[in-house]
Amino acid sequence: MSTRASDTSLEGQRPLSPHLQIWRWHATMATSIFHRASGVGNYIGAIALTLFLIVLSGGPESYASIAFLFEGALGWVTRIVMFLLTLSYSYHWLNGLRHLVWDAGAGFDPKVANRVSWLVMIATPIPAIVIWVLALGVAQ
Amino acid sequence: MVALTLPKNSQIKSGKTWPKPETSGKLREFKVYRYDPDAGGPPRWDTYYVDLDDCGPMILDALFYIKNKIDATLAFRRSCREGICGSCSMNIGGRNTIACTSGIDEYKGKITIAPLPHQPVVKDLIPDLTQFYAQLASIKPYLQTETPRPEREWRQSQEDREQLDGLYECILCACCSTSCPSYWWNSDKYLGPAALLQAYRWIADSRDEATGERLDDLEDPFKLYRCHTIMNCAQVCPKGLNPAKAIGKIKELMVERQA
Repeated sequence: MSTRASDTSLEGQRPLSPHLQIWRWHATMATSIFHRASGVGNYIGAIALTLFLIVLSGGPESYASIAFLFEGALGWVTRIVMFLLTLSYSYHWLNGLRHLVWDAGAGFDPKVANRVSWLVMIATPIPAIVIWVLALGVAQ
Repeated sequence: MVALTLPKNSQIKSGKTWPKPETSGKLREFKVYRYDPDAGGPPRWDTYYVDLDDCGPMILDALFYIKNKIDATLAFRRSCREGICGSCSMNIGGRNTIACTSGIDEYKGKITIAPLPHQPVVKDLIPDLTQFYAQLASIKPYLQTETPRPEREWRQSQEDREQLDGLYECILCACCSTSCPSYWWNSDKYLGPAALLQAYRWIADSRDEATGERLDDLEDPFKLYRCHTIMNCAQVCPKGLNPAKAIGKIKELMVERQA
C-alpha cells in the first residue's frame, strides 16, 4: 500500500474499503477488462502461431512431429483453442475500434459508450466465424 | 498493485441485525458497512430496517433515520443535503454517488451502503481522503499567470468561459476517482479522474498562462496514461460531469503539441 500523510498512528491498521466485492458493473467496465484479457490471449496466440509456422517451414518430417495435435480427440481440443483465439482477435479488433473513436475525440457519452460496449460484445463472434468459414472454404 | 481481494484485516464479517421498528409503516432493508476503530476487530455488515412512512425520500434521510432512531453510533459525513458540498459521497447499491440526491425509490430490494471503494476507512462510512486531496493540490488548481495583473479582474470572452462548462461544476466528492479500477490499483501514481478533470479545467481556461507547464507535469506513464477509458468515472458522477472526456482532451493536446 502507498504511504499517506495521516493524522493518526492507526493508519497501518485501517481497513481497506471493499471495491470489486461490491461494485455493480457497467458494460464499459466489462469491455475494458475483456480488452486486457484478449490482449494477453493475442500474445499467446501470436507466439503459438509463430511456433507453428517455424515447425511448418521445416518440411513434412518436421510437421509430423506435431501432427498429433490435430488428430483425434486432441484435434478437437486444438480446434476449440484455435476458435477461442480467433474470438480473442475478433474482440480485440472490434473493441480497438472504440479506442480509435475515443482517440479521435468522440464516443465519451456514458449512455452511448454502454450501448456500443454491448454491441461489441454481441458482435464479437461474427468476424471469428467469418475467419473460420473462409479458412474451411480454402481447406476444401 | 492489482489485488483483487481485500487484505485480511479488511474482510467484512456479517454483523448485527437490528430489530425492526414497531410500526405499521412500509419497511425497507439496509445493509450498512460498519467499522469501529476503537473497538478494533474486522469491519462488518449491519442490517437495519427503515420505516419509509416516517422517513424522508433520500438515502441520506434513511441514514439519519438509522442514526436518530436505531443506532446512534453510525458515522457518516454530510453537510448541505442538496448536492453541492460533496460530503455524503459513498457506495450505494454497488455504485458511488452522493446520498443526499439519491432517492430511496431509485433502488430495488435491500440497499447496500459502503464507504467509497478502495480507501482506508476511518470509521463506518468515512474514508480517509488525504491522498485524494493531495493529488488535487498537485495539479495546482488555481490561475497561474505571467503577464502583469490587470487593474480589474482577468477578463474572459463568453465563448472562452463556455469552455469551462462541464469542468468547473466538480464538487470534489471523489465518487469518480474511487470508482476507477485504474485508481484502485495505482492510486499512489495515477492522479485519478477528479484531479485530471481539474487539471483540464485549468488547461482549458483562456486566462491561464501555465498550459505548457501543466502538460509537462502530466506527461508521465502513470499520472495521466493509466486512464484506459473504463468510464466508471463518467458513469457515476453525481453532477453528470465527464472526467473520461476531459482526460481524452488532455491526451489529444499531448499529441497536438508534439506535431
